[in-house]
Amino acid sequence: MSHSDFPPLQGEPAPAAGMNRRSFLRTSAVLTTGLAALASSLRPLLELEDYTSVEQFMQKYYKELTPAEMAKVLKRIENEVEKQYGIRPQVRDLRPMDGVEFVYALNLTRCIGCRKCVHACVQENNQSRNPEIQYIRVLRMPHGSFDLDQSEHNYAPATVPEKGYFYMPVQCQQCRNPPCVKVCPVHATWQETDGITVIDYNWCIGCRYCEAACPYWARHFNFTKPSIPKERLNPEMSYLGNQPRHQGVMEKCHFCIQRTRAGRYPACLEVCPAGARKFGNILDPNSEVSYILRTKRVFIQLKEELGTSPRFFYYFDV
Amino acid sequence: MRRATREYLVFLWRCGRIAFVGDWRYYAWMGVLTVICLLGLNAYAKQLVHGLIATGMSDEVSWGVYIANFTFLVGVAAAAVMMVIPVYIYDNEELHDLVIFGELLAVAAILMCLAFVTVDLGRPDRFWHLIPGLGQLNFPASMLSWDVIVLNGYLLLNVHICGYLLYCRYRNVKPSKWFYIPFVFVAIVWAVSIHTVTAFLYVGLGGRPFWNSSIVGPRFLASAFTAGPAIIILALQVIRRLTNYRITDKALLTLRSIVQVSMLINVFLLVNEVFKEFYSGNLHVASSKYLYLGLHGYHALVPWIWTAIVFNLVAMFLLVLPLSRSLKWLNLTCVLCIVGIWIEKGMGLVIPGFIPTPLGQMVEYRPSLNETLVCLGIWAFGLLCYTVFLRMSVPILQGRLSKANEGPGRPA
Repeated sequence: MSHSDFPPLQGEPAPAAGMNRRSFLRTSAVLTTGLAALASSLRPLLELEDYTSVEQFMQKYYKELTPAEMAKVLKRIENEVEKQYGIRPQVRDLRPMDGVEFVYALNLTRCIGCRKCVHACVQENNQSRNPEIQYIRVLRMPHGSFDLDQSEHNYAPATVPEKGYFYMPVQCQQCRNPPCVKVCPVHATWQETDGITVIDYNWCIGCRYCEAACPYWARHFNFTKPSIPKERLNPEMSYLGNQPRHQGVMEKCHFCIQRTRAGRYPACLEVCPAGARKFGNILDPNSEVSYILRTKRVFIQLKEELGTSPRFFYYFDV
Repeated sequence: MRRATREYLVFLWRCGRIAFVGDWRYYAWMGVLTVICLLGLNAYAKQLVHGLIATGMSDEVSWGVYIANFTFLVGVAAAAVMMVIPVYIYDNEELHDLVIFGELLAVAAILMCLAFVTVDLGRPDRFWHLIPGLGQLNFPASMLSWDVIVLNGYLLLNVHICGYLLYCRYRNVKPSKWFYIPFVFVAIVWAVSIHTVTAFLYVGLGGRPFWNSSIVGPRFLASAFTAGPAIIILALQVIRRLTNYRITDKALLTLRSIVQVSMLINVFLLVNEVFKEFYSGNLHVASSKYLYLGLHGYHALVPWIWTAIVFNLVAMFLLVLPLSRSLKWLNLTCVLCIVGIWIEKGMGLVIPGFIPTPLGQMVEYRPSLNETLVCLGIWAFGLLCYTVFLRMSVPILQGRLSKANEGPGRPA
């Protein structure tokens, strides 16, 4: 049997002309069963509500949108948000300002590890609350070590700061040489002239290569449909900034583009009770960040040896 | 022209028809595969609705078994070249009539690869952003864009070579050398490139010390040329059992020598890697420690990797012993190679790269049931494809399905 001539052409269906009643019935039975099985296996797709619309599917790449098309897209997003949250937002497309390159400086001597920045950021940037996405991760580091593997992420003492530790908030470092931009297969993330690396959420295909490439664990993925309570929605939105994201795309800190490109400070800076956070234009010699980088004896770029050249500097009061 | 098109369409039609014809074993096998495929499709439909939260992946471990299987299967696809080189460069007689089964396996493997990357996408509806001209393919900066090009190119090359040779055989004409030999030689280089590019996908990430090592590329090739021919050895024996196609033991033993040498190189490179990681003792060893020994009380991968290492070592010893010249032992060896390398090239390579995270957090990964079903579905789909390819090609190569026996009475 095992060495029989396979295929033994027995059971071969006769050609259509000579198709008899029995083989016709059998073929249709097999076909019907097959189609029914296929249909039932695809049944979950019935729950696919507002996954994508024709306009969303056809939307062009950010850099290829004409001003008129952009206006239409912004209007559409406003409508979508209003439909979903019952609040009419203002979605703007803020462009970088000339002669501006943003830089962040964080004083490790001052940070007390209270995580107020983490929560202000979530509130400002319309991150999903369930599952929770946060752009800032505060590390509790043992006194005297800069080895990140020794950091504690889930520290929860009654009061901070604790003796024997220092705290280091890490967020997108807005690298001059960003690995995430290099690896993106569809140009969905890029560096703007003011130094902010942005994501076109409506172009990202969700391959998560940038997440693997980022040495700072700054990029986060929407593993499911983001959920934000209506009353928590921040209606001041920008396209490359805090517009609500969709399921299956990346997001990350963008230096609060909707604020900083309109002349305001990032939310994490404003909320910091210790004054540990400084932000400004490095091209302006009179800015606070220029002063800090000029006068502080020591400042650090995280993982400097990787050559990413962050625009985020850690410094100390010395 | 119209006649030629008609002729070609009849050829395709008859190939398609024969895929639905066979004895009860064929129907049973295809039935089981179809059921598993549909289970996988169902699981994928659920994942589409709820998002990748249906998997075990997280922001900490953002690639899992999908990319692990993808990586392994790129190797399987590349390994077809290990039959092509002996036949087309060294004029090996024994493998001459078998090389097409290797190329068809490559086609099936690439189809599975494409399926695995597609299910890993967060927004599969936006796949068109990858199409040059239509979308914004980031070539040449992104290694992923290279992978898109080389994988699809390799698929086309092999489809062309197999399709052309089979069609010539069907019409009983001698294939024109100019129409396939250049492609065969391009495919040889291309096969090496698909696995090299896939290795570079990992190697290029400076922030992941576990992958950022120049040995990953060579190890990929060595392990691929072990596992791939091992799969072909098993597949050829199945073909021999189920059809009267002529496959000699000598051909199998030729493949055995390839597996033998590749496994020796693979184990040697493994020793190099482990030595470098552990002897220097710098802080970048964390991922390797997690993989081989467990770290800070986390050790989900430890039993897996040691299973892989034991399998690889046992297979290596069996391969160098004359014992594995007997088919029974050779088959056992092949199974050990395949399983060992599937673990080490898949889970053993992809997962530890993420643990600990770049910020030093320990979060483990375990594939979800839904994710596992999707994987099984894709494997079943690949086997289904390969079975269909064999079902079409064996009768054509034997001359039982040919232009000569066209006609209303015998469609297949």
